[in-house]
Amino acid sequence: MAVAKILGIETEYGIVVRNAPDANPISASSMLINAYLGSLGAAGGPPVARIDWDFEDETPAKDARAEAVRLSVAPEVETHLVNAVLTNGARYYVDHAHPEYSAPECASALEALRYDLAGEEILRRSMAAAHRLLPEGQELVVYKNNSDGKGNSYGCHENYLLARSLPFGDVVAHATAHIVTRQLFTGSGKVGSEAPGERTGEVPFQLTQRADFFEEEVGLETTLKRPIINTRDEPHADSSKYRRLHVIAGDANLSQVATLLKLGSTAMFLAMLEDGAAGDPVLLSAPVPAMHEVSRDLSLASPLKLRDGSSATALEIQWDLFARVSRWAESADLEAVGGEEVSELVLGHWEGVLEGLERDPTELADRLDWVAKYRLFRAYRERHGLEWNDPRLAAMDLQYHDLRHGPGLSHRVGLLGLVGPDEVESAVGDPPEDTRAYFRGRCLARFPEEVVAANWDSVVFDVGGPSLQRVPMMEPGRGTRAHVGELVDEAPNAAELLARLRS
Amino acid sequence: MAEREQKRKVAPQREGGESVEEEPAVTETGDKLKAEMDDLLDEIDDVLETNAEDFVKSYIQKGGE
Repeated sequence: MAVAKILGIETEYGIVVRNAPDANPISASSMLINAYLGSLGAAGGPPVARIDWDFEDETPAKDARAEAVRLSVAPEVETHLVNAVLTNGARYYVDHAHPEYSAPECASALEALRYDLAGEEILRRSMAAAHRLLPEGQELVVYKNNSDGKGNSYGCHENYLLARSLPFGDVVAHATAHIVTRQLFTGSGKVGSEAPGERTGEVPFQLTQRADFFEEEVGLETTLKRPIINTRDEPHADSSKYRRLHVIAGDANLSQVATLLKLGSTAMFLAMLEDGAAGDPVLLSAPVPAMHEVSRDLSLASPLKLRDGSSATALEIQWDLFARVSRWAESADLEAVGGEEVSELVLGHWEGVLEGLERDPTELADRLDWVAKYRLFRAYRERHGLEWNDPRLAAMDLQYHDLRHGPGLSHRVGLLGLVGPDEVESAVGDPPEDTRAYFRGRCLARFPEEVVAANWDSVVFDVGGPSLQRVPMMEPGRGTRAHVGELVDEAPNAAELLARLRS
Repeated sequence: MAEREQKRKVAPQREGGESVEEEPAVTETGDKLKAEMDDLLDEIDDVLETNAEDFVKSYIQKGGE
């Protein structure tokens, strides 16, 4: 049976300091995050800025393949930059030259969407807090996109908990076709191309921000020679029981439906695979060229070659995978993917989106980012008689992702909402209740003075004894509200909490 | 989820070499949609970056991840 598909999204945001052309993006990112943390302290909240990230279990260089590839460049962990843990269980930090929000672990795609939206709200509040500190005329602006249009990309990564018993080779064989063809709904759209040797004129518009940057089928890297399937083997959990599939090939979405579908379809697909119900894998002959082709094919009609000699369009492959997942869902224990209601929601949108893509993609301007963008840009282009490579379209492309409510074009194109503002508001401060993120976030809220560090799989306390006390959380599904809610709420202090946890 | 209606689409496997329609599948239909889009274009004209070229040029990010 499938293990709980605990999941989450981490997003690196683009950042600009307006009217300060020489601003350093690392300093700007640090300032943005510190401004937010400072605003929480000023509002009487817990002093989260003090909390350190605990790097003890970070092993990003570990490869899921039995034989690590020697030429792989291991990602480095930066420890000297701003690095905070929030009371909602998220990590908010500077990664390379970007502010990154890693949402807390969630038990369903809908919950993970809610915490992704909380991340957007946190970034918006950070911008407002920074605005109060910056000199007159300057402004920090944050973009939820994945490329600067000049060949530099930054990621929006998904994480899914997998059973260690599932052979990694099966994940590669089965998941590749889904990751390549789900671009039909995960794409955030982009004017032009950033693929080496290709000019914008040749690719007026494509479905995704990210496809241009993928060069390998399988690998460990995230910053160069990016692979469709990333092999980082760092489960942040009991490694004898679990893996974590780190998916780096998605776009950051502004559309809630797109985020839900990206996470929900992938979580259900992986659960089906673990249940042994996936059937024969759909094997693409050439996954990397297919990744680029799907992104560039606005007709949605290009056939992709399959290894058995036949071929199918990305849409046909998605229909096939959707049919397999919905058949599996009829008899599966859907608790592993967050229950029946969420599964119905995911399958309903999945089917609706595939139908729309088949009939007339324009119908999906309220559900898919790339369609919303394409429809808007095309109309703007016609009105003003512009070529696709006009800087005004490139500017609109960036501005679609501007998180500010006024200038951000995504707020104006009529995207469908799935999560209400109150639900987002509570996710800004409170952790998810049904994963270990609950324990992390609640400990920070209740005992801010005594929690000195936290990590995905531990919380470290200083309760005045001779040594720090580390509470390991190697089970992502434990430490929930049902499990520890009363304990954390009723313990008068952290020392007492630790004593009760031990008893 | 036994009650879920199965609307499985037949996904015909194309054989290689079939010609591909070049026309983009995205087509605008209906006057209402057109009018809505006109309103949207009017609205966003007010918020668009005033100097698109400079804005695009200055938007430079370091790679991440």
